[in-house]
Amino acid sequence: MADNTQAAEERVLMKGNEVLAEAAMRAGCRFFFGYPITPQTELAAYMAKKLPLIGGTFLQAESEVAAINMVYGAGAAGGRVMTSSSSPGVSLKSEGASYMAGADVPGVIVNVMRGGPGLGGIQPSQSDYFQATRALGHGDYFMPVLAPSTVQEMADLIYEAFDLADTYRTPTMILADGMIGQMMEPVTLPPERDLDSLPAKPWATAGHKGQRAHNVVNSLYLSPEKLEDTNRERFERYEEIKATQQRQELMMCDDAEIVVVAFGAASRIARTAVRDARAKGIKAGLLRPITLWPFPTKAIDQVIENGAKKFLSVELNMGQMVEDVRLAANGRASVDFYGRTGGVLPTPEEVLAQIEALAEDRPVAPSAGAKAVASVLPQPIDRKSSYERGE
Amino acid sequence: MANTVTLPDYQVERIGSQIAEGETIKSARPHALSDAIFNYCPGCTHGIVNRLVAEVIDELGIEGKTVGVAPVGCSVMCYDFFNCDMIEAAHGRAPAVATGVKRVHPENVVFAYQGDGDLASIGTAETVHAATRGEKITVIFINNAIYGMTGGQMAPTSLPNQVTQTSPYGRDVSKAGYPVRISEMLSTLDGVAYVERVTCDSRQHIIQAKKAIKKAFQNQIDGLGYSLVEVVATCPTNWGMTPLDAFQWLRDNMLPYYPLGVYKDVVADGYANAAEAALERAKDCPIAQQKKED
Amino acid sequence: MARIIVDDVHCKGCGLCVNACPKGVLALDSERITPKGYHPAKLVDPDGCIGCSSCFITCPDVAITVVK
Repeated sequence: MADNTQAAEERVLMKGNEVLAEAAMRAGCRFFFGYPITPQTELAAYMAKKLPLIGGTFLQAESEVAAINMVYGAGAAGGRVMTSSSSPGVSLKSEGASYMAGADVPGVIVNVMRGGPGLGGIQPSQSDYFQATRALGHGDYFMPVLAPSTVQEMADLIYEAFDLADTYRTPTMILADGMIGQMMEPVTLPPERDLDSLPAKPWATAGHKGQRAHNVVNSLYLSPEKLEDTNRERFERYEEIKATQQRQELMMCDDAEIVVVAFGAASRIARTAVRDARAKGIKAGLLRPITLWPFPTKAIDQVIENGAKKFLSVELNMGQMVEDVRLAANGRASVDFYGRTGGVLPTPEEVLAQIEALAEDRPVAPSAGAKAVASVLPQPIDRKSSYERGE
Repeated sequence: MANTVTLPDYQVERIGSQIAEGETIKSARPHALSDAIFNYCPGCTHGIVNRLVAEVIDELGIEGKTVGVAPVGCSVMCYDFFNCDMIEAAHGRAPAVATGVKRVHPENVVFAYQGDGDLASIGTAETVHAATRGEKITVIFINNAIYGMTGGQMAPTSLPNQVTQTSPYGRDVSKAGYPVRISEMLSTLDGVAYVERVTCDSRQHIIQAKKAIKKAFQNQIDGLGYSLVEVVATCPTNWGMTPLDAFQWLRDNMLPYYPLGVYKDVVADGYANAAEAALERAKDCPIAQQKKED
Repeated sequence: MARIIVDDVHCKGCGLCVNACPKGVLALDSERITPKGYHPAKLVDPDGCIGCSSCFITCPDVAITVVK
């Protein structure tokens, strides 16, 4: 996180989605274009209320497509700009994200994920991992993807996302989920960025004022060689991002033989399961990717060096990040997956049962639905309240 | 503004060397145009309109604060033709991109240059909403009733029974529906300050078209609201005609369907701007009359 | 006396100027080919040009300079 010089720390209780908005404004974001969709609407509502008070622009666009193209225009003009949405709406932003990448226009895109495909549901999910990390739209590109797991991280990561976007001239995504978006936690808000300290953008299309040649923001290259050169230059930037920007949290990984890999909301559940496993004498650890792209491959290397033999990727989907874990492990350790989807959250007990299975060399449940969960749990839990049971 | 006509830098040697002493330049390429060769087909009217936009930029002295947004279509590469800052937008999204630029730099003059497929088909939503928001931008709309760049498919503005690559038996309105009349449609929206439909088939019409384009830029400088100039244009290549025959076809078929004229002009109607006209139109709606406190 | 100078870099020989000239003093020059392969426009009757700029106004490639 950038400089934390503020003398008196503000510690407040806030909702995740609102923290994203507040921290974005503190990072110098003055332009927001969006379209209402559950479960991220509080973010837009907060922006609508607060941005005009600090001289910023909130604009409810006619569609997600229009919103992302407004972000493209505002970013091209040199503004610190963002949009936010949830899964179905983010699909509509794929066009603009690709143009931003192709024209090297910075901007921040927030996805507060919900279940899919299609309309899916409105409960928390992580089923847009592929969409986020394999590039949102068409063409050869990636973008940094940051995954907060606490409300505090919502603040810290979006604050940083704007700098990443400007530094590498790329769209940058905050991949959150409905759970962290909707929950309230105490948070220390980052300091207000001095707008004069923001990076200069000599490439921006803000009018040449007769003082330079005209700037063109463009992603069209009719010469194949020129397009290839442009893509190669961009991928050199990606290599630099991969080398310098991988971020993760390691918990109990120094001697871990079984490492659970989980991000965002799933990592909160996995954390409890790992602690419970340790209490049972299992050498388990947690690797929590904070950057999903670039994926923290160096951390995977490190835990393997430390003696990890087995990875368990725990996700709120049918198995997406597990592919990156497998690629990073590259045959050096076994990689299994456990996930719930559709907005269903696994319990720590469910995850613990998988860790125990791995510890005992039993197969893990591939991707448990409600029925399978009942069969793998050591002791099925009756979650009905006494009232529901009629006691 | 009385201008002494001078050659743009890149023509000083090439053309200037051919001018004798004592001769003065009466008409020359506008400075806001670059030396890039238009990628348009011979006889294509896009080039005329590009020149008019550039002349207006010169005459208003706004090149340094103008940002243009290029479309997808035959004019996709117009970011190379103008000397002001330019952005290339995705197909149909120019009004949204222009909105983003204008919101960041309200002091800039922002224009979108779009064809009929771009503006009236894939970008209809962006067009309608930028207009109804009263976005203070200028839109130049080239309506030549066909998709030129992709090789002559049916456009939203293709005429009934017009033969194109994707209406090979003529546009069947019972199946493909009717052409969109953009100027008429947008003139009903409250955010719009000015809409005029012009054409470019003759000296007189081109002079009128330039007046309209200049007004659409001036309106933006004056903060009046959204302005659009629809230029009824030709596509000799994909219409399968000579440039001159295309003009005749335009006069015979396009102009009766797309009549020229001013469709909305809030200033001519006696209002200071689009907002004032909108307030008057909704005079019987109490909530619309509420004054915003600053 | 007025005349036009045609910029061969831009002229595509479409002939719109020839048609627009009220005096009928322009033609496409079949003797010459521009680098892009077109027959450029040419003033064929130097005494007939009145400097009205009709050719300039209708030229889609902004290839004409009018001098007087």
